[in-house]
Amino acid sequence: MTASDNPFYTALTLILGMDSALIAIVMLSLKVSLIAVLTASLLALPLGAALALWRFPGRNALIVLLNALMGLPPVVAGLCVYLLLSRAGPLGQFGLLFTPTAMVIAQTILVFPIIAALTRQQVETLHNEYAEQLRSLGLNQLRMMPTLLWDARFGLLTVILAGFGRASAEVGAVMIVGGNIDGVTRVMTTSIVLETSKGNLPLALGLGIVLLSLVTLINALAHMVSETAKRRLG
Amino acid sequence: MKKTTTLASAGFLTSGLVGLLWSASLLARDDFITLASTTSTENSGLFNAIIATFTDATGINVRVVAVGTGQAFEIARRGDADSLLVHDTAGEVQFIADGYASERLDVMYNDFVIVGPSDDPADVSSSDNVADALVRIAESESPFASRGDDSGTNRAELRLWKDAGITPQGAWYRELGSGMGPTLNTAAGMNAYSFTDRATWVAFQNPQDLVLLFEGDDALFNQYASVLLSEQQHPHLKHALAAQWHQWLVSEKGQQAIADFNVNGQPLFFPNAQSLSNTQ
Repeated sequence: MTASDNPFYTALTLILGMDSALIAIVMLSLKVSLIAVLTASLLALPLGAALALWRFPGRNALIVLLNALMGLPPVVAGLCVYLLLSRAGPLGQFGLLFTPTAMVIAQTILVFPIIAALTRQQVETLHNEYAEQLRSLGLNQLRMMPTLLWDARFGLLTVILAGFGRASAEVGAVMIVGGNIDGVTRVMTTSIVLETSKGNLPLALGLGIVLLSLVTLINALAHMVSETAKRRLG
Repeated sequence: MKKTTTLASAGFLTSGLVGLLWSASLLARDDFITLASTTSTENSGLFNAIIATFTDATGINVRVVAVGTGQAFEIARRGDADSLLVHDTAGEVQFIADGYASERLDVMYNDFVIVGPSDDPADVSSSDNVADALVRIAESESPFASRGDDSGTNRAELRLWKDAGITPQGAWYRELGSGMGPTLNTAAGMNAYSFTDRATWVAFQNPQDLVLLFEGDDALFNQYASVLLSEQQHPHLKHALAAQWHQWLVSEKGQQAIADFNVNGQPLFFPNAQSLSNTQ
């Protein structure tokens, strides 16, 4: 195996080389996945907490549905968003297909059920523990929601990271709705697919190592923040 | 109450951040068209080489969505691309007849080749013509990896089996449902024969034990054409910009850019526009 055939060597030269095209691809990957996770979190955290606290007809069906959607195949989510955003589809007039915005929408749909379902489970466990106390303080469900979400914050950070993992790792959805356009919608995962299809396996694996390092770095940062916060706030 | 405030401000901050990142991604928009084309043209690096020349001359950027020919037609049919560059003459003529496009122009050609394991168990390399080569593969039941994805290459392969009087089926004939590159990766992995366009083959970097075994039959001719989409069908498309691209491809400058493109000194596409127009 020569040096250029070694994926670790390739990954190292990619990172050290700071190639501007690669940096643009990495930044787009991060941007798309982070916006998707933030958007999904804003919607899914309150919904998950509400599902844990309120009792209403159809609640169990909704929980089962959310749990099942955690396994939504990315390519199916991509296809749905494609049909929605295509010119022939209901939202076609906005011309969003083959743009980063389309990729954000697809990834938000993929991440939303994961964050909502896991938030529901986390908050429900806490609620079962503290329901008596909270009620004796005269809190109704609406007032309990922020309190319980705040108390569950460290668990919820892991939930959000799981969502980020899903977003940054998937390729099926962004390939369909983004189109893997060079310099516009090409991200890390679609680059890896492209290089694999060219038979450039060391480069494909090298890009994979770069992506994995990046995700590890983000997880390490999140872990550090949460550990520091735990020590400070007890 | 303090917790509620903290949580609310965290939510506020996050939505602000989302808005900021989102608007940043919508900035920087100049003239561009979206071109639906095939993986062979994109993966070989042709577009990288010629689009820069076109953009320098016209200020129009070309965003390439590289898919199989079947999917490229579908993208254009739905009005999601401004222009189309594919290699399935029969399909293109039908597309025009269906009213989705107004004209097609021959732009360039290359050829298909048969690749396979270097020890060539079916003795394909001594075939007289492509039909003979396919008969040898079928009779020896040597593993054959087919795209099976309704791409231009897949359609050409199926036509050639039909012309050879063979219905390919059985454990030896493997339909992969993949693009050209993934199909070659799989063929290399299982040491199978495969049918590929020359451009993808020459640019392919993981051949392992596969070698080129058969080439040169006229039936292996592979014509690429630019298709001008119908203004009536999809009035919202950037027809004026797309027409500039369409005309540039067949102009002297466009044809020269295609001729100049090569991989390791080997030209992969041969310009053959019928009438060199004087628009550029």
